[in-house]
Amino acid sequence: MNSEPYLIKQVSLFSENKPGRLAAMAKAFLDEGINIKAFSIAEADGFGVIRVLVDRTKDAYLKLSSMGFNVAYTDVIAVEMRDEPGGLYEIASRLADASINIEYSYAYSGKEKAVLILRVDQVEDAVQHIREAGFNLVMQQEFS
Amino acid sequence: MMQYWDPRIELMSEEKLQDMQYRLLKYLVYRLYGFSPFYQRRMKEHGVHPDDIESLSDIKKLPFMYKQDLRDHYPDGLIVNDQEELVRYHVSSGTTGKPTVVAYTQRDLDNWTTSLARALTSTGLCRGDVIQVSYGYGLFTGGLGLHYGAERIGATVVPMSVGNTERQIELMQDLRVTAIACTPSYLLHIGEVAEKMGVSIKNNTHLKRAIVGAEPWSEKMRDRIESWLGIKAYDIYGTSELSGPLFTECEAQAGFHVWSDLILVEILDPDTDEVLPHGQRGELVVTMLQKEGLPIIRYRTGDITAFESGPCSCGRTHPRLQRLSGRVDDMLIIRGINVFPSQVEHTLMGIKEVGEHFMIEIDRINSLDDMLIKVEIAPDAFSDKIPDLIHIRKNVEHQLKNQLNVSVHVELADPGSLPRFEGKAKRVIDRRSM
Repeated sequence: MNSEPYLIKQVSLFSENKPGRLAAMAKAFLDEGINIKAFSIAEADGFGVIRVLVDRTKDAYLKLSSMGFNVAYTDVIAVEMRDEPGGLYEIASRLADASINIEYSYAYSGKEKAVLILRVDQVEDAVQHIREAGFNLVMQQEFS
Repeated sequence: MMQYWDPRIELMSEEKLQDMQYRLLKYLVYRLYGFSPFYQRRMKEHGVHPDDIESLSDIKKLPFMYKQDLRDHYPDGLIVNDQEELVRYHVSSGTTGKPTVVAYTQRDLDNWTTSLARALTSTGLCRGDVIQVSYGYGLFTGGLGLHYGAERIGATVVPMSVGNTERQIELMQDLRVTAIACTPSYLLHIGEVAEKMGVSIKNNTHLKRAIVGAEPWSEKMRDRIESWLGIKAYDIYGTSELSGPLFTECEAQAGFHVWSDLILVEILDPDTDEVLPHGQRGELVVTMLQKEGLPIIRYRTGDITAFESGPCSCGRTHPRLQRLSGRVDDMLIIRGINVFPSQVEHTLMGIKEVGEHFMIEIDRINSLDDMLIKVEIAPDAFSDKIPDLIHIRKNVEHQLKNQLNVSVHVELADPGSLPRFEGKAKRVIDRRSM
């Protein structure tokens, strides 16, 4: 199955663990009029990785690169969840049954829907299983 | 076709050179015994008289001279000539203590310039070249030394000095510069700034050679400079006490030739003061055979190097020294192990996931030395997965431990966040004494 249409470009950036790095990124987005749809921070001993979904991915990438940030695109998928108890379980158990490993994940719960963002090792399998189970995948253009 | 500035001297047999060195040494010692109160006192204290110097190897009978001697006699206590015989002063920065003053007679300037004229010619530089001198001009010897050396051989000099990197790059293009003299870290900085300006040193300039030194660098750094910038990089050596920059590698790029008619070099064990077997690494100790204003005998440079063995393919008969691998006083003692910052640099240059810039921070934690090395993660090595980044960090720690024989902590930093140095790099922050 072609997973291509369901891949969403996430902007990931390396960050030293010191005050002001998140603010610097956020200020850049403010200056460029880029809207953040979802983000997470993963932290390790001494550094962190900020992952962010925005409405204008390429602009965000170029702006952050020009500021000297270490930036990369990463493909993730975004699954709509039921915003009620069991919503996450339905999806997570489905992937577990298919032995698909989640490398990392974060989520947001908005006015209209809750969305689970996933980075998985076998993206084609994941898309197939999620779609077969009747879940809706959010496409990139829905973020812009 | 190999070019020589002064083939009569540069190709002279080693036997004749040593004979010349003995005569110059003998003359020097008698002159100083007669005219330098400092040297006469030192030699008397040491129980040696000029008559005791009966062969070149008798140099080991003479007392050492230390940087501290220059500082103790600030400003002019060691200068032999009357002031009206002097034509220039240079003064060291004094960042590590009292400044030191170096005085030059006209003959001192001539010898300095001649030394560089031979050296620059040996790198292939000649009349028709345009050389940008991006060492500091002024009290520091680098700028003016290279300036007069390059002018002597008929090259066109652009006296840039340090700083204002964008203008350096503009003029490099506009004046069709073919060679640059600067520190290796500044050359890399120029390369980075040029790329930001959309200028490729390799494709958009006429640059062919760089004469780099004044700070430790490595063979891997040379590889990176040469492949990235599309030029040849030649090592240069000299310190203000010896006049300034004096010697460079020749086109063979296999150690810098030290001109035997100007300098007598010894490599000693810094702890025992014993002469080391040929080829072994130790402290460079120099005697300037023809220096007048500020005489230098058995001066402990604090620089660590070794003789290159065998004759040089360029035909020059003068001995060659390896690129400096550190300084006796840069040597860090970490949990009892001697560590040179140059070893850290050498290791990092071989790891593609990290850049060549680094900082070393040393603390004492629970009475144990703790060495932290900050490195920048290369843009194309950045992965969004934490385990990949941790793996890179562990790999750097592992390779550094193998090289240094002491375990270190590594911290990953944002690209461009570590300090860049336009003069001598100061990459070590030692908080143990604070």
